[in-house]
Amino acid sequence: MAGALTLPVPTTGARRRPVPGNRHWLLLRAGGVLFVLWAAATITFFALRLVPGDPAEAILGGPGSQAGPEALAQVRREYGLDQPLVVQYLTYLGRLVTGDLGQSYSLHKPVLTAIGEQFGATLTLALVSLALAWALACALAAWSVRGGRVAWAIGSGLELVAAAVPHFWLATVLILFFSLTLGILPPVSVPGPLGIVLPALTMAIPLAGFLGQVMRESLLTAMESPFVTTARARGESEVRIFWRHTLRHAAIPAVGLSGWAFGSLISGAVVVESVFARQGLGRSLLSAVQLRDVTLVTGIVLVVALAYAVMTLVTDLADRLIDPRTRAVAE
Amino acid sequence: MRFRPTVAETIAGVLLLLLVVAALWPSLLAPGDPLAVSHADAFQPPSLAHLFGTDESGRDIYTRVVHGASESLLIGVLATAIGIGLAVVLGFVAGLGPRWLDFGTTRVVEVLFAFPGLLLALLFIVVTGPGVLSSTIAVGLATAPGYARIIRSQVRRTASAEFIEAARVLGRGRLWITARHILPNVTAALFVLATLGLGQAIIWVSSLSYLGLGAVPPAAEWGAMLAAGRTYIANFWWMTFFPGLAIVASAAAATVIGRGIQKRNRSAA
Repeated sequence: MAGALTLPVPTTGARRRPVPGNRHWLLLRAGGVLFVLWAAATITFFALRLVPGDPAEAILGGPGSQAGPEALAQVRREYGLDQPLVVQYLTYLGRLVTGDLGQSYSLHKPVLTAIGEQFGATLTLALVSLALAWALACALAAWSVRGGRVAWAIGSGLELVAAAVPHFWLATVLILFFSLTLGILPPVSVPGPLGIVLPALTMAIPLAGFLGQVMRESLLTAMESPFVTTARARGESEVRIFWRHTLRHAAIPAVGLSGWAFGSLISGAVVVESVFARQGLGRSLLSAVQLRDVTLVTGIVLVVALAYAVMTLVTDLADRLIDPRTRAVAE
Repeated sequence: MRFRPTVAETIAGVLLLLLVVAALWPSLLAPGDPLAVSHADAFQPPSLAHLFGTDESGRDIYTRVVHGASESLLIGVLATAIGIGLAVVLGFVAGLGPRWLDFGTTRVVEVLFAFPGLLLALLFIVVTGPGVLSSTIAVGLATAPGYARIIRSQVRRTASAEFIEAARVLGRGRLWITARHILPNVTAALFVLATLGLGQAIIWVSSLSYLGLGAVPPAAEWGAMLAAGRTYIANFWWMTFFPGLAIVASAAAATVIGRGIQKRNRSAA
């Protein structure tokens, strides 16, 4: 640990312990990600065993699949189901390390291939939504600190929307308004930039309300901080103060939330992709759950857990880059 | 200290009251039969006779929304109770147990946290198969890690307070301190969590119903009603709009009330 090298960090809220240096920190966190992935794989492995009935049958699609005895025997051999549980578990982990997530019975192809085909669409949707949410949240927060009562009311109204509107209903309302009343946007996701507008908006609006709420509060706190007065006394312009000082401070808690936001976007994608009939991981996951394609479900869940863990790591890193207090290390 | 609710809290309170009345005595608000089919009245737009319009079988949507309250609310309450119950166990074990137990439990919670919530629920549903009960348990399970984190830190904070130290010095046993001092001090926070969580749980479970993994039509559960109306969205918007509005209103009301209590707790502390 870098304990001896670390200066005591100015206490701000929860951060009281000295923080290890950047490289140590990254190593520790990467180790944490690996641990989480291993545990997630273990959970999914046992979830697979927990499916009632014959696991071989489950792999072939549950009792409804009416698989013949030869097919079952073949699956048992292929998946090593005749081996002791420990051996199965280790084999499973070994396969995962080499990137073999098994075979999807409903799609008749390797799970990894199926995920590869869908991953891009969902990632695009999630990133566009995240960017849109950020843009909305920044605009909202910047406006509401100046805007007085009206802006405050709209701000807190949006915050309530964020907490209370299910994605599927928001999607319905947006479709009703933009597609069926105004007729300017397609109600189902068509290829091209126009098709992504409504799905992305559906996911971005609740998130923007949430991020905007967090930013609004920290923006207010930051504007009353001594460093703003100092900057003003130095003769810096209001615009410069806002961009260089206040916004940067206000962004810290919201950036920290982006990892969580990404997770909620993935959850949202399951719903939104189905509503808009848009291709992607979420929709594949849903149909895999409906068809009880266990290997595909566990494969997608694992890949998403990986993406989520990486995303959390990235936001924590961004947090450290924006906020020097989290990496106060003496040279 | 006088209790003075804001406008939003008053509206939220009235809404929640209506919701409870609808759940316990639905006939008081809507005397009709939620399952009464009348094909002549199919797809009627909202009017005085049918406040929220009618669905594909001519069933009155207002009546169905009112009668659906009990199931939707019950599912929401049950899911929240499961989530918080599980979290209380995890949080107390982690907050009061020896260090290794805290470490282990915290890691477990962290791992569960690594799955975005809906994914954990879906993983559970693929094991148990879809249905009302399994989607309720799934949502409870998926929300537990979040609650557990909060409860653990609450327990920790309370356990390090001076009056706990005093009780220990007085020779009170572990269990006695937990039951008499720590639990009551965490209860207020639990109550807020449960109120805020109720809205979320209703949304989640109805999302699962909407996706066809929870309650199924013709049950008058809100999510299931929405799923049924999805087919007709292009022409008959009221079939999806009003059940959705009921979900939004209850979730928003629970959130407003929960935040209100939270604010007062904080200023009282």
